[in-house]
Amino acid sequence: MARIAGVNIPTAKRVPVALTYIHGIGPSTARSICDAAGIDQSRRVNELSDAEVLAIREHIDANLTVEGDLRREKQVNIKRLMDLGCYRGLRHRRNLPVRGQRTHTNARTRKGPAKAIAGKKK
Amino acid sequence: MARSVWKGPFVDSYVLKKAEQSREGGRKEVIKIWSRRSTILPQFVGLTFGVYNGHKHIPVLVSEDMIGQKFGEYAPTRTYYGHAADKKAKRK
Repeated sequence: MARIAGVNIPTAKRVPVALTYIHGIGPSTARSICDAAGIDQSRRVNELSDAEVLAIREHIDANLTVEGDLRREKQVNIKRLMDLGCYRGLRHRRNLPVRGQRTHTNARTRKGPAKAIAGKKK
Repeated sequence: MARSVWKGPFVDSYVLKKAEQSREGGRKEVIKIWSRRSTILPQFVGLTFGVYNGHKHIPVLVSEDMIGQKFGEYAPTRTYYGHAADKKAKRK
């Protein structure tokens, strides 16, 4: 078990895959971390030495915003839009799509499960 | 697609003129504009613009964060009071 960036404990998977379990690290970032730390991408997390784990950890701490910090940053950005009174902020406030998608149908990700409308015929 | 950088930000010229006038004549009234498509420039910070929404001019006090966005983003054009059916459903 290796703890990287706080609470994350990636498993016996390959290193680039295991790193994507951290919020804020996708496949592409994970591969660049491996390159920076000089770790072969086919190796697995349980094969890593303590020094290599440390190298990964230091690289992330120095160059990336990850997990809680990232979540907070996103929250602050959304809050800023909402306080500004701009169109994007209004959409966030109402939990509707922000980027101009249609809402006549679909948009279920933002609106949540469909609510039945009283008196509507089949 | 985003606008080419070499063109610079788009602003209707009358907006610039009006902003300059109000700046020279001491900051005071709402500057009425119809140009919702104009970019908000750094020199507009601190001025109040009345942005037209098709019905009336909505006063918008320009702040630092608004730079680079369009005036239209701050004056919604649609009024929506919700559906009658939604309200009934909530009462139950």
